[in-house]
Amino acid sequence: MSGVSRFLGKPEAIAGSIILCALLAMALSAGLLFPSDPQAIAGPALLPPFQHMSLPLGTDRLGRNVLAELFHGARASLAVGLAAAAASLAIGAFVGTLAGFAGGLMDEILMRVTDAFQTVPGFLLALAFVSIAGPSLTAVVTAIALSAWTGPARIARAQVLSIRERDYIASARVIGMHPLEIAFREILPNALPPVLALSSIIVAGAILTEAALSFLGLGDPNRVTWGGMIAEGRTVLRSAPFLSIIPGVALVFTVLGVYLAGEGVAEATAIRRGLS
Amino acid sequence: MSASGQEVLVSIRDLSVSYSSEADNEAALKGISLDIRDGERLAIIGESGSGKSTFALAIAGLLPGAAKMTGSIEWPGFSTKLGQKPLGGRDIGFVFQDPSASLDPVMPIGRQIAEVAKTHLFMSWPQAYGHAEKLLKRVRLDPASIIPAYPHQLSGGQKQRAAIAAAIAAGPNLLIADEATSALDTIVQAEVVSLIEQLVNEDGMALLFVTHDIALAARLAERIAVFQRGEMVELGETANIIHSPRHACTRTFRDAHIGLDTAPLLGRPAGGPRHG
Amino acid sequence: MTRASTLLRRRLVGSIFVLAIVIVGTFLLLEAAPGDAVDAYAASTGGDAGLIELLRHRWGLDQSALTRLASYIWTLAHLDLGQSIAFSRPIRDVIFERLPNTLLLMGSATALSFGLGSALGIVAGARPGSFRDRFLSIGSLALYAVPGFWLGLVLIVVFAVDLRWLPIGGVETIASTDTGFARAADIARHLLLPVTALGFIYLALYLRMMRAGMAEVWRMDFILAARARGITRRRIVFAHVARNALLPLITMLGLQSAQMLGGSVVIESVFSVPGLGRLAQEAVTARDTPLLMGIILTSAVLVIIINLAVDIAYAFLDPRVGASEGSP
Repeated sequence: MSGVSRFLGKPEAIAGSIILCALLAMALSAGLLFPSDPQAIAGPALLPPFQHMSLPLGTDRLGRNVLAELFHGARASLAVGLAAAAASLAIGAFVGTLAGFAGGLMDEILMRVTDAFQTVPGFLLALAFVSIAGPSLTAVVTAIALSAWTGPARIARAQVLSIRERDYIASARVIGMHPLEIAFREILPNALPPVLALSSIIVAGAILTEAALSFLGLGDPNRVTWGGMIAEGRTVLRSAPFLSIIPGVALVFTVLGVYLAGEGVAEATAIRRGLS
Repeated sequence: MSASGQEVLVSIRDLSVSYSSEADNEAALKGISLDIRDGERLAIIGESGSGKSTFALAIAGLLPGAAKMTGSIEWPGFSTKLGQKPLGGRDIGFVFQDPSASLDPVMPIGRQIAEVAKTHLFMSWPQAYGHAEKLLKRVRLDPASIIPAYPHQLSGGQKQRAAIAAAIAAGPNLLIADEATSALDTIVQAEVVSLIEQLVNEDGMALLFVTHDIALAARLAERIAVFQRGEMVELGETANIIHSPRHACTRTFRDAHIGLDTAPLLGRPAGGPRHG
Repeated sequence: MTRASTLLRRRLVGSIFVLAIVIVGTFLLLEAAPGDAVDAYAASTGGDAGLIELLRHRWGLDQSALTRLASYIWTLAHLDLGQSIAFSRPIRDVIFERLPNTLLLMGSATALSFGLGSALGIVAGARPGSFRDRFLSIGSLALYAVPGFWLGLVLIVVFAVDLRWLPIGGVETIASTDTGFARAADIARHLLLPVTALGFIYLALYLRMMRAGMAEVWRMDFILAARARGITRRRIVFAHVARNALLPLITMLGLQSAQMLGGSVVIESVFSVPGLGRLAQEAVTARDTPLLMGIILTSAVLVIIINLAVDIAYAFLDPRVGASEGSP
């Protein structure tokens, strides 16, 4: 595959993949390396980083192990980011396909609903949803999906509109396939690639939204999240700024890794498509 | 005016152009040697992919960065008199095939012509606009309505006239018309061709007319060069090329392109003054 | 003028539909929330069970959902957003009190991100593939990955805690007697960090859009034509490439306003700016759902107005808008 080699030929793409692999390793090994509850007290409070061998990144206000929290936080970030992105891509693809294929009044209504969702600030909507549904992982994932499905929906609709008139769709109609079957088995798979191209932006956005929600205290209270760690550290910002800075750096690297890898994939596939 | 200057304006020796990507390479050039004399009208004819447009772009110094050029393009008049290279716009006017694409869509026509005058003739904006007005009259457009208009408000023929006005704004020695009339319909095409003919005669410019239409070439040019797959297969006086082509390619080209309606054109002596 | 007004009228009709959907949406969220307006009223004023029953009947809350929706729309039509639980005051008054701070913050952040972002985008896009271009595009990607609230905290640590150059939060010095220019300078000092935190994230977006747009325009035939006419590189970059690439950025300005309003929620919380965003966070903390819905509706109206304004501006900047509606 020339696409793979092109992807690996870009330093940015390699950097992105390394970051994502490291992150995945962190998330997967969190339970093995730090089997005890990351929210349990592990040492003296507010121990600065690089002071103690067993607590390399120090402890927070309550004496919890920052490194353990960081590893477990990677889990929450990745899980929420991927789940929310998958949900918003699925909702977007469904709504976009339905609107583009049905056309007419249905299309008009669905697109106005999409407009409405784009008019309400996404973060406010997520905030409202979590505050009403109560802070849990599912609520956070749903809230983020609710605020992020419009982009994929618009792209899916545009794709479907261009595919709808092609010959093989007409022949599917002629042989009497059910319209819904045509829409979701013949059209949707062909409309997906440009929608999936959005995934890196959506995953990155979902990770950032999750962090912001947790920062405002709306994350799942039973889980360690990076946003929650930053909020925790904020109360001792003057005396121990590292508590806010460390999880923030982890967030920046994660999101950057997603972007870089996403750009690498986009460029590799674009070049391949351009050549064929 | 038919007394073409004896002096050589451009001397092209062993010009080869190649592109790095395979797809474009059919438009490459192989070892072209040719002189364009002061004030002469030279037509380049060939099928698409014969390299004739690449030749035009090479002379104007407009080859894309990916193109590799060998050989020489010398401008004897320049190197001796001024010690410098000719400048696009000032010394070479270039008219492109598609008038819709060769004008900035969001800049008024008047400004696009005036900016050429301002750049090369060192005029102030008001002077440059005054110059643009004169030029628009020369290409038989109404300055009052065309100067403030945007390209999308003009017809194809009007746009091409405006583009010609911009090309001759600084009084170039050589006018290159690259398929300048092929995007226009037949009647407009005839008007634009006679306009080019008239302007060339009035200003004593040399004309390099690139076309796939052998009848047009026969009508306009004193000499014709025939290009095929990047090579110049024949060069000669128009009458000789038309009536006794030496190369098989020229013969098939002539027979394929000349219908009954254009045959009478060929009987006319080429190169003489015809207008007025 | 007619061109812009036809466009405006069409957009206005669309906006009314959108607003109606938003209203139904907030109504559904209110319905889903535990407790209703009477609970809210009782919580803020106190009252016995008999009074609550009476109020519930009088306010029509024992009616069917459709009737309640109708009365919800009816009260909204009177610009009445209801009573805030947390503030024991009309929601409309609380929101209007906070709105100016948010508008100031958003306006400044937009100006910063759009101005600096497009300028840097021109620097990067002037020579695609150059060192400057690569540096700026990777730098902007890194910037785009930074969470705004975290950038805010870092700015506080550096400029307010360590260097003590700027205030740590708020919108102006409390109990200050400054007026006129001195007061404006004080507000500017307070807003410098939040505006930077909010603006820098979107700066990256405009930079990248400008750069990508310019890369696209560079490939257009009319740029080759301008080069053929010998137009100077500087003039091609600014008058042709950047000018054409700027137009999609202006559309983005409208689309981005909703995002920025969302972003200001966290930034206002970080910097204790008493604006709409911080109000939203306060509403969440106090479980004041009617207030939160009032904020959402106000934001939606604000976004609609901003988009209409952007559409009008665009119609004047792009001569091709409405060309099919009968130009010469």
